[in-house]
Amino acid sequence: MGSTNSTLLKIPNVEVLMQETGLKLVAEENCLNVSPAHIIRLHDRFKALDKEGRGHLCPHDFGAIKELAMNPIGDRIIGAFFSPGKETVDFHTFVKILAHFRPVDKDRPKEPNSPEPINSRSNKLKFAFQLYDQDKDGKISRDELLQVLRAMLGMQVTDEQLESIADRTIQEADLDRDDTISFEEFRKSLEKINIDHKMSIRFLR
Amino acid sequence: MPQVEDTDPDPDPGETTQAVFTLNYPRIQIPFEITLWVLLASFAKIGFHVYHKITVWVPESCLLISIGLIVGGIMHSLHEKPPAVLTSNAFFLYMLPPIVLDSGYFMPTRPFFENFGTVLWFAVVGTLWNSIGIGISLFAICQIEVFGVQDITLQENFLFASIISAVEPVAVLTVFEDISVHEQLYIVVFGECLFNDAVTVVLYNLFNHVAALEVVEAGDVFLDIGRFFVVGLGGTIFGALFGFVTAFTTRFTGKVREIEPLIIFLYSYLAYLIAELFAISSIMAIVICALTMKYYVEENVSQRSCTTIRHVIKMVGSVSETLIFFFLGVVTITTEHEWNWGYILFALLFALLWRGLGILVLTQIINPFRTIPFNFKDQFGLAYGGLRGAVSFALAFTLPDNIGRKDLFITGTIVVIIFTVFIQGITIRPLLKLMNVRKTNRNQETINDEIHKRLMEHTVAGIEDLCGQWSHYYWKDKFMKFNNRILRKILIRDNHPESSIVALYKKLELQNAMEVLDQMSGDISAAPSLISLHEERKNASKSRKKFLSSDVTNMHELLSKNMYKIRHRTVSYTNKHTLPDDITAREILMRRHTSLRRSLRAGSFHGTNAAKMSQKYFSLPMGRSLNSRFPPRRLVHAGDGDIESEINYSSIRHPQRVSSKAVMPLRPLNTLKEVASSVNTVDGQNEEQRGCRRSHLGSNVSRSGHLTSHLPHGSSRNCSDGDHDAWVEEPQNNSDVQHPLMRRPHWLPQKPHDK
Repeated sequence: MGSTNSTLLKIPNVEVLMQETGLKLVAEENCLNVSPAHIIRLHDRFKALDKEGRGHLCPHDFGAIKELAMNPIGDRIIGAFFSPGKETVDFHTFVKILAHFRPVDKDRPKEPNSPEPINSRSNKLKFAFQLYDQDKDGKISRDELLQVLRAMLGMQVTDEQLESIADRTIQEADLDRDDTISFEEFRKSLEKINIDHKMSIRFLR
Repeated sequence: MPQVEDTDPDPDPGETTQAVFTLNYPRIQIPFEITLWVLLASFAKIGFHVYHKITVWVPESCLLISIGLIVGGIMHSLHEKPPAVLTSNAFFLYMLPPIVLDSGYFMPTRPFFENFGTVLWFAVVGTLWNSIGIGISLFAICQIEVFGVQDITLQENFLFASIISAVEPVAVLTVFEDISVHEQLYIVVFGECLFNDAVTVVLYNLFNHVAALEVVEAGDVFLDIGRFFVVGLGGTIFGALFGFVTAFTTRFTGKVREIEPLIIFLYSYLAYLIAELFAISSIMAIVICALTMKYYVEENVSQRSCTTIRHVIKMVGSVSETLIFFFLGVVTITTEHEWNWGYILFALLFALLWRGLGILVLTQIINPFRTIPFNFKDQFGLAYGGLRGAVSFALAFTLPDNIGRKDLFITGTIVVIIFTVFIQGITIRPLLKLMNVRKTNRNQETINDEIHKRLMEHTVAGIEDLCGQWSHYYWKDKFMKFNNRILRKILIRDNHPESSIVALYKKLELQNAMEVLDQMSGDISAAPSLISLHEERKNASKSRKKFLSSDVTNMHELLSKNMYKIRHRTVSYTNKHTLPDDITAREILMRRHTSLRRSLRAGSFHGTNAAKMSQKYFSLPMGRSLNSRFPPRRLVHAGDGDIESEINYSSIRHPQRVSSKAVMPLRPLNTLKEVASSVNTVDGQNEEQRGCRRSHLGSNVSRSGHLTSHLPHGSSRNCSDGDHDAWVEEPQNNSDVQHPLMRRPHWLPQKPHDK
C-alpha cells in the first residue's frame, strides 16, 4: 500500500518499535484478524493529539481529551506516560505504553533468552501498580491507597469508611506485615483475576 | 366560581333576578378536561416515586397503564366515554413530536455516531424483518379456516405487523443500568428505539396506502421501496438543514435570551410540520434536527436557556408519553373489543418469535464488523427487552375506518403491548441478573479484588479514550476538521477553542456547581490526600484492626454502591424519564479542580522542582492566565450577566465566605506563559477562583476546627495574609515526593499581586 509505506517512512525506528511492542504492521498469514495497521492508526492519533505539531506530547495535550478528564483516575493515567523528570512523550514511548494493553499472545513460543514482552501479565500488573504508587518507592502505602480510594468513590463515603476499607485492603494483601503492599504482594493478591482480560483492549490486538 | 352577570347598571325591574352564582361548564370543558387528564397523569408519576421499591421492579409504563386501567374501570362503570382526543391528527401533530424530540435531543451524539451503522442496521433492517415476518406468518394463519379470519388481506396483515413491531425499550434501559451492560449495547437499544419509530411510521403509511389499493402489482412494490428510502433520506437531510438554520439563528440571540428556548422549539416543530407537508419522514426530520442543532446551540445560548430547553423538552415529552399510556389503559376497558383467540395469540407468539430470531440473525451478520461483538447475553437483552409502547398503540388506534377488522387489530395491539410491558418488563431484571450472576461468584471476591478490578476498568476505559475509538475514527476526524474549520465559524457566536475544563464547566450547570462546591468544600479538604498526611505519619504504629465478616460485607456493599461507574454510563442517557444526572461528573471535576489548585500553589515553590511539577496538572492549557484579575477581553454577554448575578447571589447567602468580587490573588506562576488569547469565559474564571476560595476555606476549617470568621472580604491583601497564617503552620515536607497530589501545599510569603 503506497500510503502505508509513505507514512511508515515518517515514523522513526519503526522496525524497532514493532519488534519491541509486537504490534503488527500488516496482517500476517498466521494471524486470524484482518485489522489494518495499528501503528499507523496510533500515529494518526498521536498527530491528532499533538495539535501544535511539535512531534511530542505534553500533559496539556492529554488533558484536552474530554473523556479522560471525566475519568476518576485520569490524572494518574496521564502521569503514567511521563517518566519521572520528563515532560514530553514522543511517539515511541506513546506506543510502548499503549502496548501494555495488547491482549496477551497465547501462542507465542517461549524463548528462554528473549526479553519479556511488554504486554505480559507481569508488566500489565506493574502498570497498574504504578498507578497506585505515585512516589515510586516500590510499595503502596496506606496514604496512596487512600488517595486512590477517595478518587474512585463518591462523596457520600465518609473518611472512617474509607480508612477501614484501606485497612482491610492492606490486611488482606500484606504478607510481611509492614503495612504497605509491595509489588509481589500486589501480584499475589490478584492471582485469581484474569489480568489479560481486564487490562487489555481488544482493538489493539 | 361565582359569576355575577351584571351588564347594565340599572336592571329593569321587570326582569327576573340575576343569578348570583352560575356555572358555565361548556365554555371551559375542553381545556378543563385536558388539564385534568394531565394533572392526573402527573399525580400518578408523583405517586410512583413515593415508594421507591416499586419503580425498581416495575417499569413506569406498567404503572401508567395500570392507573389507566383503573380510571377506565371507573369511567366504564359510570358509563362515561373517554374523551375523544386521540384522533389521528391530535396524535401525529401534537402528541408524537414531543416524544420524538425528547429522544432525539437527549441522544448522546458521540457514541451514537460511533455505532451508527449498528443502530441503523437493527432499527431499519430489524423492523423490516419483523414486520414482513410477522405479516407473512399471520397471513398464513389467516388461511387456516378454523380461526375465521380469512377476510384479512395480506396488506392488512402487513399493516398490523408493522404496528406491533415498533419496539420501545424504555424499561430495558433502566435495567441495563444496574447490571453492567457495556455502553455499546446501551446506545444500540437507545438508537434502535428512536429510529424504529421513524421506520414504523413510514411502513405504516406505506402499508396503509397499499391496503387501500385493490390490486397490488410488482411495480407498485418497487415504487414503495424506493419511496421508503426517499422518505427516510429526505427526512434526514431536511432535519439537518433545519438544525443548521436553528444554530445560525441562535448566533444572533445574544441580546434576547428570553426567546432562545422558544426558537429551538419552534424550529424543531416547524421541521416536523414541513416534513409532514411533503410527506417525508417527519420523525427523522425532527430527530436529526435536534441532533445537529444541539451541539451548536448549547454553545450559543445562555446557561439558563440551556436548562430551560432541557427541562421543557423532558416535561412535554414525558407528559405526552404518559398520556398515551393512560389512554391505553382507559381504552382497554371502555371500548368494544373484538376478540379472536387464534389470531391474537398467534400474533403475540410471532411478535416474540420473530424479534428473537431477528436479533439472532442480525447480530451474526453484523458482529464481524464491530470492534466489540455482541455476546449471547447482549442478544438476549436486546431480544427480550423489546417492549412495545406508546407509538404502537397510537398507530393502532388511529387506523382508518375502512380497515374491516380495525377493532380486532386494536385489541391485538393492546394485548401485545400489555403482555410485553407487564410480563417482560417485570421479569427482565431478574432474568438478566441471573445470567450475570452465574458468571461471577461475588462472595469469594476480596475487597482487594473489587478495588483493583475497578481501577483496572477505569484504566482501560481511559486508555481507550486516549486511543480514540477506532471504528469510525476516520470519518469522525474528517468531520471534526470540517467542523472546526468551517461550521463552527459560521454557527457559533464567539468561536474560541475551549479547554476541556472550561467546556465542561459550561455544560454542567454552573450555578449548581457552585452549590455543590459550597457543600463539598468541607469534604474535599478533609480528604486524606494532603492535609492529614502529617497526622498519618504520626500514627504509624497503629494496632492491627480486626475485621468481622459483617464489616467486610458492609465494605463490599459500600464499594458496589459508591464506586464510580466506568465512563459515561452515569451521565446523559441512563433514564428516559428523568433529566441527565451530572452529579458524578461534577464531583470528579470538582475534585480535580481542587487538586489542581493545590498543585498550583504547591508548584509555586521549591525552586526548580516547581517549574517541572507545575506542568503536571493536566487539563489546564498553557496560557491560562489564572492570576489575571482582569475580566476577559471579550465582551461579557447579557446572558453571562445572569450567571454573574447568580454567583453574587449565592455569595450573599454565605456572608462569612468571600464575595465573588474578591478575585483570587494567585501567585504569578513563572512557568505559565501568558498568552494573549482570552480563552476564559467570565463563568470559568469566576468559577475557578471561587473554587479556590472554597478550598482555602475548607482547609482552614479542617485546620482550625472552626470557621474562621476573620476571612477576608474583598481585599486581596487580607486574604493572602489570612491564608498565610493558616498555611504556614504546616511543617515542611522533607521527603522527595514529587507528584503534586502528594505534595504538601506551602505558601511562599510573596507580595500579593496588585493589579
